[in-house]
Amino acid sequence: MKEISGSTMVCEALRAEKVKVVFGYPGGAALNIYDEIYTQTYFKHILVRHEQAALHAADAYARMSGEVGVAIVTSGPGFTNTITGLATAYSDSIPLVLISAQVANSLIGTDAFQEIDAVGISRPCVKHNYLVKNIQELPRILKEAFYIATSGRKGPVHIDIPKDVTAALGIWDYPQEITMKTYKPNYKGNAKQIKKFVELLKEAKRPLFYLGGGCVASNASEELRELVKITQIPAVETLMALGTLRSDDALNLKMAGMHGSYAANMALSECDLLISVGARFDDRITGKTSEFAKRAKIVHIDIDPSSISKIINAHFPIVGDIKSVISQTLDELKRDQFEIQTQEWLETLKRYQNLYPLSYEDSDEVLKPQWVIQECAKLAPDARIITDVGQHQMWVAQFYPFNFPRQLATSGGQGAMGYSLPAALGAKLAVGEKEVVVNFVGDGSVLMNIQELMTAYEYGIVVINIILNNAFLGMVRQWQSMFYDEHFSQTDLSVQADFVKIAEGFGCEGYDIKTKDEFRSAFKRALNSQKTTLLNVAIDRFEDVLPMVPAGGAIYNMILPKLKDKK
Amino acid sequence: MRRVLSVIVLNEHGVLSRIVGLFSGRGYNIDSLTVAPLAGGEFSRINIVTSGDERVFEQIVKQLHKLIPTYKVIESEEFIEKEMALVKIPLNENLGGLDAVLKAYNGVIANSNENFLFLMVADDATRIDNFLKTIKKYNPSDIVRSGSVLMEIK
Ligand SMILES: Cc1ncc(C[n+]2csc(CCOP(=O)(O)OP(=O)(O)O)c2C)c(N)n1
Repeated sequence: MKEISGSTMVCEALRAEKVKVVFGYPGGAALNIYDEIYTQTYFKHILVRHEQAALHAADAYARMSGEVGVAIVTSGPGFTNTITGLATAYSDSIPLVLISAQVANSLIGTDAFQEIDAVGISRPCVKHNYLVKNIQELPRILKEAFYIATSGRKGPVHIDIPKDVTAALGIWDYPQEITMKTYKPNYKGNAKQIKKFVELLKEAKRPLFYLGGGCVASNASEELRELVKITQIPAVETLMALGTLRSDDALNLKMAGMHGSYAANMALSECDLLISVGARFDDRITGKTSEFAKRAKIVHIDIDPSSISKIINAHFPIVGDIKSVISQTLDELKRDQFEIQTQEWLETLKRYQNLYPLSYEDSDEVLKPQWVIQECAKLAPDARIITDVGQHQMWVAQFYPFNFPRQLATSGGQGAMGYSLPAALGAKLAVGEKEVVVNFVGDGSVLMNIQELMTAYEYGIVVINIILNNAFLGMVRQWQSMFYDEHFSQTDLSVQADFVKIAEGFGCEGYDIKTKDEFRSAFKRALNSQKTTLLNVAIDRFEDVLPMVPAGGAIYNMILPKLKDKK
Repeated sequence: MRRVLSVIVLNEHGVLSRIVGLFSGRGYNIDSLTVAPLAGGEFSRINIVTSGDERVFEQIVKQLHKLIPTYKVIESEEFIEKEMALVKIPLNENLGGLDAVLKAYNGVIANSNENFLFLMVADDATRIDNFLKTIKKYNPSDIVRSGSVLMEIK
């Protein structure tokens, strides 16, 4: 067999894994790899302007396409800049492979220029990582990395490759398949457990599905829609699951949790059978755990055994891939006639939905963020939506009608500000010309990776960025309003950049928007533009995200829009 | 509550820091830790003594399973558990009764020089505790204790 260099191996592995786009940033230790990238023709390399952006872009590429995202960076600061991106992908179980260059083996441990213990730093932020000590192990490690990232509970995998290994020659025997003695994810649910689960479904009076990000990760939307339909069991979705069911499905009670709908949170509080499907009982959902779904038996379906009973004790655990388990459940259910008596329960929930629907008070004097979001949905139905982190993220989750899985990419588990601009670029590259990508971002968070407008311009990646500009770090301001006597410590952003000029400075288009008409016409122009656009939309400065469950409170104790006005 | 378990892991670069990182990152205690490669060299056995209630212990076991290089987590109720202690006693102490103490704990004199006796015992953790209490009266100038090594009975 012929010998090739470590750098060639990296590119060959990307080819073998059918990777089409790689996001990265070069540097000294990565020079050999970049020299190889210069000549290869297998994949497109996108030069981002900050390594964190490479990870966020690869992350959203993965979320939107269902494929693995790939990034390449240099040693030392190149690598440390990726940590937020790794943590974000790890928290949300997104399949990524990060390849970082390392100083040569002979320099490791000498505090050499741009040396850092990369695998030591990334360890708690990744599913697995490797330091490649020897060219002989590189083919196997590359294959394993892709396998681990994309199988079982998905997640980021990091490979740190010393510079001498990228130059060394070795035999290219890329394994076709991987069998690892120590890692064997289990996909099928235990048949006995599924039978029991079906019995529980049939007996329940007030059953509820609690859908999480695992539903999206395992592409189980179709199966879940069918299950909800034939059982007539209602469902709540987490932020990560939005789009699994259609937003206009009567059985979809919408998002649950801290900023969830009244009906969703009451359903969680009053159900007698809670079926958690690929959700992880995040504290933003459960609120005070001792009050969470108190009266319910808990069925917990997850591919990751360590998620089960971690926070809320499960009475009926089922370990397996969501798609498989739900298919198995459907097969079992269809084996005989059944009728689940949920009528009374559904009526109760209907009442809750009517009592406090997600709502806001519109105005003609000042733009309301919720109006902007709904208007965007009207003008670009079926757009792919990216959000950053803050109030705008929650308003989008509440008011944008998500109708298909992978329609939304947002940083859920970490809530990493700076996510959305690079993510929008990754998303656009994943979905292609025909689909519209809209990024909702705050005036605070947009400044955290705004340099990526440069990347958008260079590669002609066309996305629409909407700054919901309240001249505040809005979400923090909201907490300060409610719980800190309106001490707006370090959250007032009323000294503003000229966002239009910034956009133009990066070769993009920008518009300042203050009225509904201005928004409509600018958005339409953006839809038809060949350039990335930044719409700087001035919104009501003091609009709050409601309902809200105060941190640590029981989720049935919500601050609701109307109740707030009475205070 | 005191818990003991053994983890069989791939004997590869960084695997120990993965295990230790898991404990420190999640705020679990490690009371003792011993590691050595198994015959063949492909796997290592890591013996861990920790503490925590049922829930914490269950999480520890699940999280250990989740690590990619983990082959097996053994949490048998029935382990033979042995710890070792080495004790350095100045020769100028009154050594009366030392023989009887060593006999009681199956201890031996491992070594000596012109100034010190070196004692060694291997036993379960509570008996080592007792031995070290008893030996206090000889004013040991140094004590070294290993972590537990475990072997499941079944
Ligand atoms: C990197 C990072 N730093 C700080 C925070 C804490 N944080 C959460 S929301 C928020 C305010 C976001 O403000 P903005 O982007 O203007 O959005 P808005 O809430 O106004 O919609 C902050 C500072 C975070 N989530 N991420």
